[in-house]
Amino acid sequence: MKKDIIKERTGSEMKPVGVEVAGLSKSFGKQSVLREISLSIKPGEIFVIMGPSGSGKSVLLRQIAGLDLPTSGTVRIEGFDPADPDTRDRFALALVFQAGALFNSLTVYENLALYPLEHRLCTKQEIHTRVDRALKILSLENAVKKFPSELSGGMKKRVAIARALVMEPQLLLYDEPTSELDPVMAATITEIIATLKNEFRVTSVVVSHDRDLALTIADRVAIVMRGKLLFVGTPAELRQEKNPAVTDFLNPQIDLKNPRYLQLEAT
Amino acid sequence: MKKFNAILDGLGSAILLAFRAFASLPTAPRILKRVVEQAFFGGYASLPIVSILSFFIGAVLALQAGITLQNFGMKQIIGTLVAESLVRELGPVMVAILVAGRVASATAAELASMTVYQEVDALVTMNIPPERFLVLPRLLAVLFYMPVLAIVAIVIGWIGGAVVCHYVQFIGVEPAQYFAGVKQFLTHRKMWDGLIKAEIFGFCVILIACNTGLRTRGGPREIGYAVTRAVVFSLVTILVLDYFITKAQA
Repeated sequence: MKKDIIKERTGSEMKPVGVEVAGLSKSFGKQSVLREISLSIKPGEIFVIMGPSGSGKSVLLRQIAGLDLPTSGTVRIEGFDPADPDTRDRFALALVFQAGALFNSLTVYENLALYPLEHRLCTKQEIHTRVDRALKILSLENAVKKFPSELSGGMKKRVAIARALVMEPQLLLYDEPTSELDPVMAATITEIIATLKNEFRVTSVVVSHDRDLALTIADRVAIVMRGKLLFVGTPAELRQEKNPAVTDFLNPQIDLKNPRYLQLEAT
Repeated sequence: MKKFNAILDGLGSAILLAFRAFASLPTAPRILKRVVEQAFFGGYASLPIVSILSFFIGAVLALQAGITLQNFGMKQIIGTLVAESLVRELGPVMVAILVAGRVASATAAELASMTVYQEVDALVTMNIPPERFLVLPRLLAVLFYMPVLAIVAIVIGWIGGAVVCHYVQFIGVEPAQYFAGVKQFLTHRKMWDGLIKAEIFGFCVILIACNTGLRTRGGPREIGYAVTRAVVFSLVTILVLDYFITKAQA
């Protein structure tokens, strides 16, 4: 049954999927992290979720990935619950973790081949072809035999994206893909995200602090602050936004006479 | 009360983990390579330390028995005493304690760090159940290598006892006489009792380690705590279970 679902997906032409989030709230004990978030992600778009540290962006991404259950509200991928393993098989939902989350005991090749091997999706030759293609797209041909501990931060992120690509996903989630990278590598990863969307027609949800990434490649941007959704719109609309919390987040002014951290302490 | 609840919570999640892992048993041929890897790490690599420890435990047992029994002129039953102690008690318990220290600690550390660094989440998003990928190979491997390690420990322990009986002057029991005592005691039933004990101890120790590792939350400090918890719970479990199994077998 499970294998049939995957074969049905991989056999047909890849269709991007949409995500519906309705009234989503998440609390850890007494701490409320997400409050009544409702948004709709259209099939095939790059949807960037931005916000300050601790605003709940990554928690929202984990909810979309089905890794955590909401306290209230729902997340649906084409009407299906992402926490259900069958939904993951049906749409091949892939998540690129902030630190890569590569399996340290496996080589780069083994990391990439794990998904099709474990699910017995195709022959070893076909798996090899799939992995090779992903390695070429991400320019990782020379890293095949290396272990994750031998890779730089940028390479780890590229391997994580390649691993997601081998899954032939219809929904690709990125958690801070450009964090801890130098500007050139951050631009490279940004280009890769845009290329994957155009080449593979995959719906991409990107959680990021990176303003350049959001304004350059996003079809739409959401701003989350203190667990609440403050803005959803196109990058052009975001530039016109008048909400002071949003404008201050996008264009922070460094004020040495009245430092921000002292105001934070006062509040 | 909180601690009691935490213990019940851990017990419940360990039982659930075992059920989930064995639910993937039909896929066992797919994980054969990982079972072999785990058997190598847990079993084969433990052989030298098991051999050294069991040799000296057998030797000490024979020495103590020799000191006591020479006063009663009953040195000829040293073999029986050593065999009885090793087969039913010391062999399985010592091997289980060694597996708790050597394998369970490593397992808890590995799974805890995989959980903390989101590798387990990555498996979940790939729809590869961690119970099948990480837990089942370890549980199948321990079921395979525990009886082997227990047999090795018992036999080498006997040899340790025989060496002491032969070379320590005041004991002076010949190997033939010593092994006659061993043979006189040994029955299939007693051997099975010891091996069943070893199987149960090994299974529980690895299950506790996997459960503790996968339930770890937080940062690197929690990885260390997870290892300590796994080893302490394993040791307590071995001794508590030992009492109840011995009582049931009596």
